[in-house]
Amino acid sequence: MNDKTHSILMNEKATALEAQMVFKNLDFYYGKYHALKGINLEIYKRHVTAFIGPSGCGKSTLLRTMNRMYDLYPEQRATGELLLDGQNILDRRMDVNALRAKVGMVFQKPTPFPMSIYENIAFGVRLNENLSRGQMDERVEWALQKAALWDETKDKLAQSGMSLSGGQQQRLCIARGIAVKPIVLLLDEPTSALDPISTMFIEELISELKTEFTIAIVTHNMQQAARISDYTAYMYLGEMVEFGFTDQVFIKPKKKQTEDYITGRFG
Amino acid sequence: MSTVPDSQTIGSSVRNHRLGDWLFFNLTRAFAAMTLLLLAGIVVSLIVSSRESIHKFGLGFLWSSDWNPPMDQFGALIPIYGTLSTSFIALIIAVPVSFGIALFLSELSPVWLRRPLGIAIELLAAVPSIVYGMWGLMVFAPIFAKYAQPLLSGTLGQLPFVGTLFSGPPLGIGILSAGIILAIMIIPFIASVMRDVFEVTPAMLKESAYGVGCTTWEVVWNIVLPYTRVGVIGGIMLGLGRALGETMAVTFIIGNSNFLSSMSLYAPGNSITSTLANEFGEATPGIYTASLIELGLILFFITLIVLVFSKLLLLNLSKQEGVKT
Amino acid sequence: MGMRMGMGMGMGMTRLKRRELTNKVALTLSMAAMAFGLFWLAWILFTTLQLGLSGLSFNLFTKMTPPPGSAEGGLANAIVGSLYMVALATLLGAPIGILAGIYLAEYGQRTWLGATTRFINSILLSAPSIVIGLFVYAVYVARMGNFSAFSGVIALALIVIPVVLSTTENMLLLVPNSLREAAFALGAPKRVVIMQITLRAAKAGVITGILLAVARIAGETAPLLFTALSNQFWSLDLDKPMANLPVTIFKFAMSPFKDWQELAWAGVLLITLGVLGLNIASRIFFRTRHKL
Repeated sequence: MNDKTHSILMNEKATALEAQMVFKNLDFYYGKYHALKGINLEIYKRHVTAFIGPSGCGKSTLLRTMNRMYDLYPEQRATGELLLDGQNILDRRMDVNALRAKVGMVFQKPTPFPMSIYENIAFGVRLNENLSRGQMDERVEWALQKAALWDETKDKLAQSGMSLSGGQQQRLCIARGIAVKPIVLLLDEPTSALDPISTMFIEELISELKTEFTIAIVTHNMQQAARISDYTAYMYLGEMVEFGFTDQVFIKPKKKQTEDYITGRFG
Repeated sequence: MSTVPDSQTIGSSVRNHRLGDWLFFNLTRAFAAMTLLLLAGIVVSLIVSSRESIHKFGLGFLWSSDWNPPMDQFGALIPIYGTLSTSFIALIIAVPVSFGIALFLSELSPVWLRRPLGIAIELLAAVPSIVYGMWGLMVFAPIFAKYAQPLLSGTLGQLPFVGTLFSGPPLGIGILSAGIILAIMIIPFIASVMRDVFEVTPAMLKESAYGVGCTTWEVVWNIVLPYTRVGVIGGIMLGLGRALGETMAVTFIIGNSNFLSSMSLYAPGNSITSTLANEFGEATPGIYTASLIELGLILFFITLIVLVFSKLLLLNLSKQEGVKT
Repeated sequence: MGMRMGMGMGMGMTRLKRRELTNKVALTLSMAAMAFGLFWLAWILFTTLQLGLSGLSFNLFTKMTPPPGSAEGGLANAIVGSLYMVALATLLGAPIGILAGIYLAEYGQRTWLGATTRFINSILLSAPSIVIGLFVYAVYVARMGNFSAFSGVIALALIVIPVVLSTTENMLLLVPNSLREAAFALGAPKRVVIMQITLRAAKAGVITGILLAVARIAGETAPLLFTALSNQFWSLDLDKPMANLPVTIFKFAMSPFKDWQELAWAGVLLITLGVLGLNIASRIFFRTRHKL
């Protein structure tokens, strides 16, 4: 056990490690295809959990169960339990709109809405809250500050969100996601379409954001997972192969499969 | 986090969301369903309004050439013949010309000319048909009668069998003239569809054909045309549909005669649309109006058949192509 | 060996020559077709401009359509009537087309109703406009007992609906799904996603579709013959026949009076310029806004 792991553990003892989301025997199907098999997992509050594994292993699917994004597609379904603060979000009575306000998501490619930078952020906020103009201005600034985009955009809030560069667009999407003040932030390969400098920006941002949000990130960049996450889950063919402290998973994996993947012998 | 809404406001907004979504969904669905009702309404109302003539003339309406309003005698043969023959003439002229234009625009034209010429062709598809009709009557017909018709009589008219089609007095107006005006009108439609589909042929496909030494013509005829045949047929059917249902371009120039004296294409005639446009306003209520509406019903079925036939053809062709979508 | 090769080459040359000749003939014909097409179209536009411009005058926009035998007159009532009916028909038809298009693209992709509506719409799209006019005559005019501008508006609106419906559907389908997911991910309900995100992303295309539909109905004559008819006088009463450009042109062009024919040409020029202007405007609009 190295120093970092140690310090995290010490930290946990201080703040008490709490589970934000709990997967209990979660199965997922695309039509007949069994995409996730009996997933059991805990996502800890205000930590970064990374999901790694070869493409098609189900890591993105797992992320999309956490805000029930799969609901949009009639042939996709999940069984089992997935608790958010103790409440089963797979329950039919769960209101998905309210759920998604609590569990934000950022996608692989930047998806700015066809409206101004300001409106991009205000859009999500308006869905759930009635803010005065002044409060909304504050919220927009707060979100842009958090996403480290305020300085670049404060003079052009009325410009189209699509006029920004790729990296800026992705930070705009992050700002949009956190403006709603969610509890959990899901990041689905958020840097795979970005250049190295923008990627670095976003990675720094993630480390900042975990002080306030619980973060789950899917990445196929293993260095990235190692750099930014506290916990890492390795998935293969729809199964959770290994889950643990990031350092432990990368340095002393318990399973041979994980080791093969991490050392590049496979995947 | 003081600004986060409390659970009660979330609860009420959830209810609003669900109700709003339900209402919006059903609103859009109702309007979609309305198009179904509209089609049913067209068919039913036309049948109901023409029941008098359907009842009186039965199926014989379709092949009786007797159109005699004072005697209350009506038969659709001449208008049907006029509609089909003018559209057929239009296709015979327009398809090869459109193909040539599309070939020129996609393969031969200098690059700087491609856009302006393409846009010109597309804009011409937008010119209202009444323009073609007026021009046909006032400009084209006199010149056609003076120069082209005698020339055609002197050449094609001398051939055995085909000759009768190009005989008779050169009036300028008539079936042939209407067909030519229709052709001019639908050329832009067919040509712009063909050009569009020619341009989606993958460059690699064409390049590999050029690579084995094909000439431009061979590439277009053997590679591009088979590759794009679904779109090409779609374009031709679009043009045919336009020609069958066109009113103004035909009414001005077909001659509006309900008697067919000879097989000559020079003879004036009537199409379904021109009969309707000319006679509906003066028609007395009763059997006359009912017969005219039945003509409209027949026209609707003709265009319906063409459309369904082309859809089936396209479906078949794309099935044959297997994996290609 | 050498001889055989020579013969082979020789035969190859003649075949090559033949192929090249075919190619040349075909390409020449293609150019001729282009020239043929442009020739007619240039001629038609030239005539329209020439005869239309000579009839263009101030009176055209200020005076009413003349009674038979009278030389003095304009097209004022017909121009206003056409603008009025086209505007009402667009206001009536476009929202219906947009909502039905939304259903097809956003809800009904794989449903029975969606597939049927798509097919029915293609029938309506290619239905002869004169049949639409007959339909409105049968269900509205015949029942009401008189021709009326409102029936003309309905007929034109029925032509607008399928055009707007299919462009709306196509434009919405071009919006990447990731944009929809991103909006859903914020907790937006479906109608908000559609109205504020998807439709907004497709806005340029949808507006272009509406402009093209307006251009289409502006020149339509056939559906008005049995509905709005025409009116020699100034009238904006929707329950009465209303003057409009296409039917007036038809009437005047078929008449034996020279003055009327001149007015008809002027009217044709107005319609042609209007329709081409709308087309060009919609192109420019689509090109500048769609890239955004």
